[in-house]
Amino acid sequence: MLTVENLTVNYGAIRALNGISLDVREGEIVALIGSNGAGKTTTLNAISGVLPITAGTIRFMGRDITHLPPHQITALGIVHVPEGRRVFPRMTVMENLEMGAYTCSDKETVRKGFKEVFQWFPRLEERKRQLAATLSGGEQQMLAMGRALMARPKLMLMDEPSMGLAPMLVDEIFKIIQAINAKGTTILLVEQNAHLALSIAHRAFVLETGEMVLSGSAAELANNPEVRKAYLGE
Amino acid sequence: MIGEYLENLVNLVDAYYLQIFVNIGIAIIMALGLNLVTGVTGQLSLGHAAFMSIGAFTGAILTIKLGMPFSLNLICSGLMAALCGVVIGFPILRLSGDYLAIATLGFAEILKVILLNLDITNRALGLSVPLPHTPIPLPIYVWLTVLLVLAAMVLIQNSRFGRALRAIREDEIAAETMGVNTTLYKIQAFAIGAFTAGLGGCLYAHFIAYINPSDFGFSKSVDILNMVVLGGLGSIPGSVLGATLLTTAPEFLRFMERYRMMVYGALLVFLMIFRPNGLLGGVSIRKLVCKALGIKPGPRKPWHRISTRKAGG
Repeated sequence: MLTVENLTVNYGAIRALNGISLDVREGEIVALIGSNGAGKTTTLNAISGVLPITAGTIRFMGRDITHLPPHQITALGIVHVPEGRRVFPRMTVMENLEMGAYTCSDKETVRKGFKEVFQWFPRLEERKRQLAATLSGGEQQMLAMGRALMARPKLMLMDEPSMGLAPMLVDEIFKIIQAINAKGTTILLVEQNAHLALSIAHRAFVLETGEMVLSGSAAELANNPEVRKAYLGE
Repeated sequence: MIGEYLENLVNLVDAYYLQIFVNIGIAIIMALGLNLVTGVTGQLSLGHAAFMSIGAFTGAILTIKLGMPFSLNLICSGLMAALCGVVIGFPILRLSGDYLAIATLGFAEILKVILLNLDITNRALGLSVPLPHTPIPLPIYVWLTVLLVLAAMVLIQNSRFGRALRAIREDEIAAETMGVNTTLYKIQAFAIGAFTAGLGGCLYAHFIAYINPSDFGFSKSVDILNMVVLGGLGSIPGSVLGATLLTTAPEFLRFMERYRMMVYGALLVFLMIFRPNGLLGGVSIRKLVCKALGIKPGPRKPWHRISTRKAGG
């Protein structure tokens, strides 16, 4: 579904990604793990078009999207749930969700989207007239995910959904991610909490200072002694 | 017939009050345009008066050289300013925040120097503008334009396009990943803002009857920005109130003579301390009206019932 080949991204003179390759197949949850500064977020930003790409190619459903602007990439069905959630703070929950459905012109589909999002996150319906800035961190994460779902994505890029959340909420969010995937949305997940990521992913890639060092099924990686030592705290 | 009646009506009003009344109208037009760019879309512009000068000089030249009918002239002035908005917006709207502010400031200064040196604008002497032939008196023209601009702004802000502009203000990258073509939308907002400034400039030129490039300098841009910030960034009623207050304040303060501008400045400082979001920032007029009438505000109509625009863009 998504193929990234030899992706290189520079920030000015600093090389953030050095020719990494990865692939995501339809229906999967793929985790991208690694420590701080390994280039996980950079990878997602490059895929969604927010960052300019120095070299390499990105293909989505057979189409070269390497140099497409972000709004066209979104229109093709890749939706990014960015790091730190980035909801629109001075807009209401409803307006945030409406922004999520921005590429969708059919009002019937938009209405169905609202219904579905409120089924996933009943809390959002309770707070739908509230400004996003007044939501708690967990609710903002739900809103960011709901907003992405409104676009009916084929592939969802999720960046650190667990960041800054209470452990109980993290479990809830990850259960929902699994359920969303079970309903047919493919997910590429970036996560610092490797344990959590490997517990729900089908396959995973390990990034280290801009290089892809390991890949395999989630179970394989969870049992790999190096991964256990470096990322699972053993 | 109607024109004559209105003419007599306007003549009943004292010339001093009429002048202030028209100045308020023009200020409202200017503030509403800048509000779309800076308040709604979040792009800080320090060169709004430059677009006013384009409208003013276009309007004046069209009247002087061609004697064009005023309504057509008004539209041409707006379009000319909008065209400049697109041409200048294309390179500079990639900048953000302070950089954009400086770029708009630079554009305004360059334009002023150009206008001061062109023969067609009569260089530093400026242009005297003859009274245009209008079917209705000019002050009424001004206020009709105010109403049209006001209606257009309300429609824009409540549309899908308006929501996208606010999303750009809130978080440009997030808006982009939602599928909003942010560069295009910022340029469109900038062009609409420039268009309204062009209208304001054209009306100003014909009402004041004399224009000089120096009338549209940095301080004019800041005056307009003050109105928008004072009223509350992004708030249409706020812009109207801000424009009205700041246009009338120097008149109210006339009794203070030479301390007038000092008090005016102090007023601004105090207002910003006590209402940092502006007078009407974050205030929903709809809710206030509902409260006053004792009814519960219903849900706002979702965009898809108001908007006629298709997706894309």
